[in-house]
Amino acid sequence: MERKIRVVVAKPGLDGHDRGAKVIARALRDAGMEVIYTGLRQTPEQIVQTALQEDADVVALSILSGAHNHLFPRVVELLRENGAKDIMVFGGGVIPEEDIPFLKSKGIAEVFGPGTPTSVTVEFIRTHVRKEI
Amino acid sequence: MSASLGDRCVAGDVRAIARLISLLEDGDVSAFHALPAFLERAGKAHVIGITGPPGAGKSTLTDKLISRFRNKDLKVGVIAVDPSSPFSGGAILGDRLRMQNHATDKGVFIRSLASRGRLGGLSRATNFGVKVLEAAGYDIVVVETVGVGQSEIDIVRIADTVVLISVPGLGDEIQVIKAGIMEIGDIFVVNKADREGADRVLREIRTMLEIQAMLRRGSSLAPTLSKGIGTDLHHGLGAITGQGSLPGLEAVEAGMEIPPVLKTIAETGEGVDLLAQTILERFDAVAKNGSLAIRRFESVKYQLKDMVSSHAMDFFSGESGESRLDAFAREVNEKKIDIYAASRALFSALIKGETR
Ligand SMILES: Nc1nc2c(ncn2[C@@H]2O[C@H](COP(=O)(O)OP(=O)(O)O)[C@@H](O)[C@H]2O)c(=O)[nH]1
Ligand SMILES: [Mg+2]
Repeated sequence: MERKIRVVVAKPGLDGHDRGAKVIARALRDAGMEVIYTGLRQTPEQIVQTALQEDADVVALSILSGAHNHLFPRVVELLRENGAKDIMVFGGGVIPEEDIPFLKSKGIAEVFGPGTPTSVTVEFIRTHVRKEI
Repeated sequence: MSASLGDRCVAGDVRAIARLISLLEDGDVSAFHALPAFLERAGKAHVIGITGPPGAGKSTLTDKLISRFRNKDLKVGVIAVDPSSPFSGGAILGDRLRMQNHATDKGVFIRSLASRGRLGGLSRATNFGVKVLEAAGYDIVVVETVGVGQSEIDIVRIADTVVLISVPGLGDEIQVIKAGIMEIGDIFVVNKADREGADRVLREIRTMLEIQAMLRRGSSLAPTLSKGIGTDLHHGLGAITGQGSLPGLEAVEAGMEIPPVLKTIAETGEGVDLLAQTILERFDAVAKNGSLAIRRFESVKYQLKDMVSSHAMDFFSGESGESRLDAFAREVNEKKIDIYAASRALFSALIKGETR
């Protein structure tokens, strides 16, 4: 039996634009995934507790405010502290190329720039989360 | 592995709780081995159903109710159900968006479920989710579902208290009168009371409830109504309605009891104190007068029937189930056996538990 892939889509940081997050949420839904949408201005603590309670496979972070180098690794760190290093974290939004190696070294599985087609993100999740029982 | 998963849930392990809900939702057989660990806490939680049309403010109201219950040091679990897309099978679950203030509160556990288009299966999945949260020590479990007509979830069989939400401006007559819906409400709420028309909706609901109460009273005149779900459950409840929720005057004069009807503005929290109080007081009252026990007993019977028939359906699914059906379908088509006799033969095969 195939299980549904569950994705928490969250916007950490203080910027007030969630268009990107909404676009990715819809694309994932249209790809048959269950998306838990948490909205704007989420703290890493809120995001992580949400991922735990929702039994998420993936946390998708979207950010425009430039605080990604702090907020993304913090989410990964908190997941680990809570025994949930199996939950994959990836990011998107406005993130300079040169920050990507640092983020990956901190456990961010992938970083998708603004122009990334949603199909690429969908495919990435599908290949990295295998759900069978 | 699942036995320890059950113990971990009872110990309040968030990951274990979350995973077990998923496994039960998927109907994973191994997950059901965890259930015996829950028996000790069975029945300890007060299950509150929040039901109403999309956009009525159910999630906003749930958020505010969580705060009120937390102020009383009650631990609160939430199961929030949203529809799946019929096209992709995916879902965007946005209920908890309005509850994120409680995300980091260790005394609150919020879980979103997608309807996944399973006939009857959603009620089962939801009910298991409730059981897990109850076992994990949550004193109150709120179940948010889209109700009014299109719901396949039998909230009245899951919840001890059903709160029905209406709002002004939705074409009130239609939403209020929807067959069967009024019957399941234990407490009625007109949310968005900041909007025009709230008082009219309130009056309409009261009128409907009074008519219902009258019909119930002369129950010999309305046997189908009086046998309807939940109709026996309002007995002795009129007395606990708080201020602002006084039952209709005519009903009072006639010695009838109707459920409380309250106004709220979920967005600002106005009216929510009284709602929380009404919910808790009603629960105490039905626990004391025995109607809670009766309702729960009836619900268990209902759920047993439902689960047994789902086991029976399993018997006829899969390869062996199909071939069993094929064999008899062929005989029916070849006029060797009539369809009733065929169904009886299949049924006795089921009872004998013939190997699959
Ligand atoms: N004007 C007004 N808007 C409200 C009230 N309660 C909720 N809303 C808004 O109604 C919309 C739907 O609320 P939500 O809680 O998601 O409804 P649900 O679909 O029933 O869960 C949101 O934009 C809320 O902010 C209220 O009392 N008054
Ligand atoms: Mg909602």
